[in-house]
Amino acid sequence: MHEDRPLNADPSTAAARTEDGIPAPSTILMRGRSLLALVIAPRWPLAAWLEALDAQTHRAANLFEQRPVVVNLAAALEDERGPEAALEALVALAARNIKVIGVEGIDPAVLGQTRWSRLPIIPPGRETAVREDVGAVPPATATAPAPVRPPPSLLIDRPVRSGQSIVFDHGDITVIGAVASGAEVIAGGSIHVYGALRGRAIAGLSVGAAARIFCQKLEAEMVAVDDRYRTAEHWGADLHGRAVQIRRDRDGLRFSALD
Amino acid sequence: MGKTTSAAALGAALAQAGQNVVVVDFDVGLRNLDLVMGAERRVVFDLVNVVQGDAKLPQALIRDRRIDKLHLLPASQTRDKDALTEPGVERVMDELRQQFDWIICDSPAGIEKGATLAMRFADVAVVVTNPEVSSVRDSDRIIGLLDAKTLRAERGESIEKHLLLTRYDAARAARGEMMKVEDVLEILAIPLLGIVAESPDVLTASNVGCPVTLHNPASSVARAYDEAARRLLGETIVVTTPAERRGLMSRLFGRRAALA
Repeated sequence: MHEDRPLNADPSTAAARTEDGIPAPSTILMRGRSLLALVIAPRWPLAAWLEALDAQTHRAANLFEQRPVVVNLAAALEDERGPEAALEALVALAARNIKVIGVEGIDPAVLGQTRWSRLPIIPPGRETAVREDVGAVPPATATAPAPVRPPPSLLIDRPVRSGQSIVFDHGDITVIGAVASGAEVIAGGSIHVYGALRGRAIAGLSVGAAARIFCQKLEAEMVAVDDRYRTAEHWGADLHGRAVQIRRDRDGLRFSALD
Repeated sequence: MGKTTSAAALGAALAQAGQNVVVVDFDVGLRNLDLVMGAERRVVFDLVNVVQGDAKLPQALIRDRRIDKLHLLPASQTRDKDALTEPGVERVMDELRQQFDWIICDSPAGIEKGATLAMRFADVAVVVTNPEVSSVRDSDRIIGLLDAKTLRAERGESIEKHLLLTRYDAARAARGEMMKVEDVLEILAIPLLGIVAESPDVLTASNVGCPVTLHNPASSVARAYDEAARRLLGETIVVTTPAERRGLMSRLFGRRAALA
């Protein structure tokens, strides 16, 4: 069994450089992330709506578990109690352990000196159907037609030939076959090669350090995960030709044999 | 690398098997096929003339003096690859298709216009490679282009690909100085059409201007091309790796070593 070895990153890769080649004093890495939040729109009378909500969560117990939720409170403005009605809804949701990360359809300032007033207003995003049964809870979210989401992974079921470049920044790439010398595979997520990896593999364009590279036979020219790369001369001959997993580890890349 | 030698040898072998064959030289500017086929003094019109409409196809076709069914469409030596146009090549190919069973396009080296036009209208590709890393990687690139840039690939159909390994030296492969057949096949992952051994016969044949299958039919090289042609015609023949040719001394020595 091969021992895991953290490889320290080359200092030149660790810090970004300014235009004249002098390392910038400090660099903050920023990354965009899109995530899926559920949008729910309470309706008044609230008691009836909450009853329907409870019935729904009873059917799908983990519906709101670990999911950020945005509450659309536009309907509260039509209620004669106004902000008070909105507060009532937020308190009821909190009691059900639903994690509200923002509100829309209302100015949080009208919620007065409560903890809810500091909630951010969520800018309008792209409406997406999460699950068919979710649509039944807040009818308002189900009305928008769901745009076709790009598939989260790309399957290449033939060898990647020298000179070819496969770029898929939405997710993982799986290659059934070899990646030839002089070919490159670039993924937003992880890269899986069921064959020999002889070219370049660059993973984590969008997910960053969470990405990994897997191959059945490591003969690569270069591998990179997130912002760290290694060329063939950096990993030992004992890993050459073996099934290997490559991931980010502190300041470098960690190579570990899978066989 | 052996593309031109192989085109001439396969063409001659197919013609000897009774097929109507034309071998087209796409190496405009560096033509060689006419020399290898011994027709250099018979060239009047060439591929560029036909593509550009300056000559009719029958005027440019040269019939081989040894085999009736073998024809050559030579390239132009005084022009360059830019003289070829895709619609022009397509028209010539369509015209040849009506006349011949096999149109063998001898591609120039590289991945530029001459090579892309040579492969553009192909139904079957024979990738000629030598057992060395640089050649194998170049071939891999070509296979990628065959799967992407040919008309069949663009129409979503697949193109039949075969590997012809030439200049194979069994002794050097055994010593580890050359890539092994299985290593080449593992990298390129296309079916093997044949293995042609490194042999002085090849040079001799091309110097006298005769496809190697005609010049010395008994040689191992001629047999290898002949078998490759029959595999192209659909026959099932097991591919044999050329054995190491050893002198009497080494044979004796080898046997003694094996006994010891």
